[in-house]
Amino acid sequence: MKTNVREVQGVSILDLKGKITIGAGDIQLRETINRLSEEGKKHILINMRDVTTIDSSGIGELVGCYTSVTNKGGKLKLLHLPPKINDVLTVTQLITVFDVYESESEAVASFA
Amino acid sequence: MAQHLCGKLLDGRDLPDETRHWILMALREGLANAIKHGNRLNLGKRVHVELNVTGETLEMKIRDEGEGFEPETVGDPLAPENRLKTSGRGIFYMKTFMDDVRFRRVDGGGMEITLTKKLGAADKEEGRKP
Repeated sequence: MKTNVREVQGVSILDLKGKITIGAGDIQLRETINRLSEEGKKHILINMRDVTTIDSSGIGELVGCYTSVTNKGGKLKLLHLPPKINDVLTVTQLITVFDVYESESEAVASFA
Repeated sequence: MAQHLCGKLLDGRDLPDETRHWILMALREGLANAIKHGNRLNLGKRVHVELNVTGETLEMKIRDEGEGFEPETVGDPLAPENRLKTSGRGIFYMKTFMDDVRFRRVDGGGMEITLTKKLGAADKEEGRKP
């Protein structure tokens, strides 16, 4: 998995590309979110547009990141969920946990 | 490798992309379960995979060489107290995406998971979204 972090109006946008699966991206996601938290970033938006595959380990890491950021007083939201990942979150009712956006500008504005 | 072979096995069948995608995801979950919870990440232990298509039925058997585990003890991931847990969804996904999931303790150790999916007309019409 490839990651890229950019800052837009005080929001750290994490662009992910590739797989978030066991042994291939799951730990990397956690480490990237932990690093952002250690840097004091409290508004994190994960852009999932180019995520091709996710499994239960990847979903678990997403949930862990959400809990970790929230417990530190921050907010973690999702952007551009591919349909199949939306389905995976829906069947486990996690879709109701995450704030999900289709527009980056709307997502960024929602942190204000 | 197992995913590649399963994909090859499904090639040539008039399956919706969705159905194919969920079958391969269930297979990945079964493999991850065998490596992580069955073999406990012991690289000296193997995972055995058997793929069969009989008529319109796909059967995938995944066997680990571990101490075995109790699938019944995994909490319901939909229960409010489990919703934010970081693990415990693999078996749920397998059961959601496949028609039947069975667990069997193997003589001599290890656990075998059998995942079954009908590849029939109903799938072709509806794409079997979860």
